Amino acid sequence: MRHYEVTFIVDPVLSGDEVKATAEHIQKELKGFGATILAVDEIGLRQLAYPINKRSSGVYYSIEFGCDVADWLVKFELNMKRNERLLRFLTVKLDKYGVKYNDDKRNGRIGSKKKKEAAAAVPAAEEELVPAPEVLDLDAE
Amino acid sequence: MAASREDVKFLSNPKIGLRQKKYCRFRKFGIKHIDYKDPDFLLQFINEQGKILPRRITGNSLKYQRRVATAIKRARHLGMLPFVADLMK
Repeated sequence: MRHYEVTFIVDPVLSGDEVKATAEHIQKELKGFGATILAVDEIGLRQLAYPINKRSSGVYYSIEFGCDVADWLVKFELNMKRNERLLRFLTVKLDKYGVKYNDDKRNGRIGSKKKKEAAAAVPAAEEELVPAPEVLDLDAE
Repeated sequence: MAASREDVKFLSNPKIGLRQKKYCRFRKFGIKHIDYKDPDFLLQFINEQGKILPRRITGNSLKYQRRVATAIKRARHLGMLPFVADLMK
């Protein structure tokens, strides 16, 4: 099964219900094309780096799905283009590393290293300060 | 007067200032996928004006430099990174 990921930005001026309705509408369309939806990630309201359609923020959604049928892409993207509630969209095909990355991210295995490093660095820094107060410790910079 | 070996004590590491061996961080740590939805990670590879840094500065191998570049371009399309900026960092 081929894995894909579609990320789209919904207009922020819509009410919360309409935003969710737009996201669900996209999911229904995908199911209509015969795709199995693996995950829906609502990244939420974010500031845009540059104004799009005169708006400075948008609600981001990311849907990961798998599909085996052919020739759904053109119709799907055409529908997204016609949808006035979407500001931007991007459909990407995921390779096996991408699928694994998304899976790890959902299960929290990514980012745990940073937490471990932060927890280990705090007691290590406390130890360094105690033994040699006279020696100039330029290495610690 | 010439100092004997015991007298010469360095206040700083004599190796300081030597160039550190450059390596590709993706190959070293086995990172295979670069997420375009993660602008905080991609900030490492752009300069203050939002431009993509060259490979000789970041130390990436060619394969991963290309992936980083496509990820940055996708993030720009999605409005997560700017095309042109001032004082990004």
